[in-house]
Amino acid sequence: MRAKVLIRPKEGILDPQGKAVERALPALGFEGVHDVRIGRLVELETDDPSKLDALCEKLLANPLIEEFEVELEQ
Amino acid sequence: MIGVIQFPGSCDERDALDAVKRVAEGRLVWHEETDLSDLDGVIVPGGFSYGDYLRAGAIARFSPAMEVVSRFAANGGAVLGICNGFQVLCEAGLLPGALLPNQGLRFICRQVGLVAEDFKGPFGSGIEPGDLLSIPVKHMSGRYFAPDDELDRMGTNGQIAFRYATGDNPNGSVRDIAGVVNEAGNVLGLMPHPEHAVDPLTGSDDGLALFRALVGAPQATAA
Repeated sequence: MRAKVLIRPKEGILDPQGKAVERALPALGFEGVHDVRIGRLVELETDDPSKLDALCEKLLANPLIEEFEVELEQ
Repeated sequence: MIGVIQFPGSCDERDALDAVKRVAEGRLVWHEETDLSDLDGVIVPGGFSYGDYLRAGAIARFSPAMEVVSRFAANGGAVLGICNGFQVLCEAGLLPGALLPNQGLRFICRQVGLVAEDFKGPFGSGIEPGDLLSIPVKHMSGRYFAPDDELDRMGTNGQIAFRYATGDNPNGSVRDIAGVVNEAGNVLGLMPHPEHAVDPLTGSDDGLALFRALVGAPQATAA
């Protein structure tokens, strides 16, 4: 089964990449964009989706600084 | 005998070994080695283990040698993590907190002032609280983070080892923290590189104190 894991910085954690992108947007004429946050997308194929949460907590995300979301594709 | 772990992508293991050899015997430990029974202390060195893929230190923590190092630390063995080694020890759960990308998003390479705190464990021997050390940093992900309640606990428990001197915080680390120890004090991690400050010829030998402390730390067996 294919799955997508979205990993993003936890709320309250400063995301300098997001801030840099946010500051660059007005210079390109894109006004009114706020709260840009940059994370990671991991796509994978798994035989046992029940283990995905554990796998994310142990390796793909660091729960201290990141939160994750698992999306299964049928 | 002090062992310096060498991962694919490590780059400071030889400087760390050179620093050790100024005060004791040492050897490199390939990351696939599991017999560390000859070691009295361990250094997890700087570099870019496994290319820093995913997050700095995230993959190195699963290497065979690190599993042995975890047991060694649990038995009270002295472990020193420098830069990438600090990141590995945090990812492995041997130290509290995490290292995030620098606030300014740039790789930083320069000398910084470090103020020693009153911290527990063997690494404080030879350093007085309040001492100012001049040691270089060179990193991309050195912004120390831990939740406020955890930081309060660590402060009370004597786990904050070093802070950047006032105005010298290069990366946005919370509370200017540059290095921390675990609850027992036998594991120290810091972002600055003491192995690059062991000879007056290169500007400072303030880093030597940490290698002397590692060598003098109480012994434990690397199971």
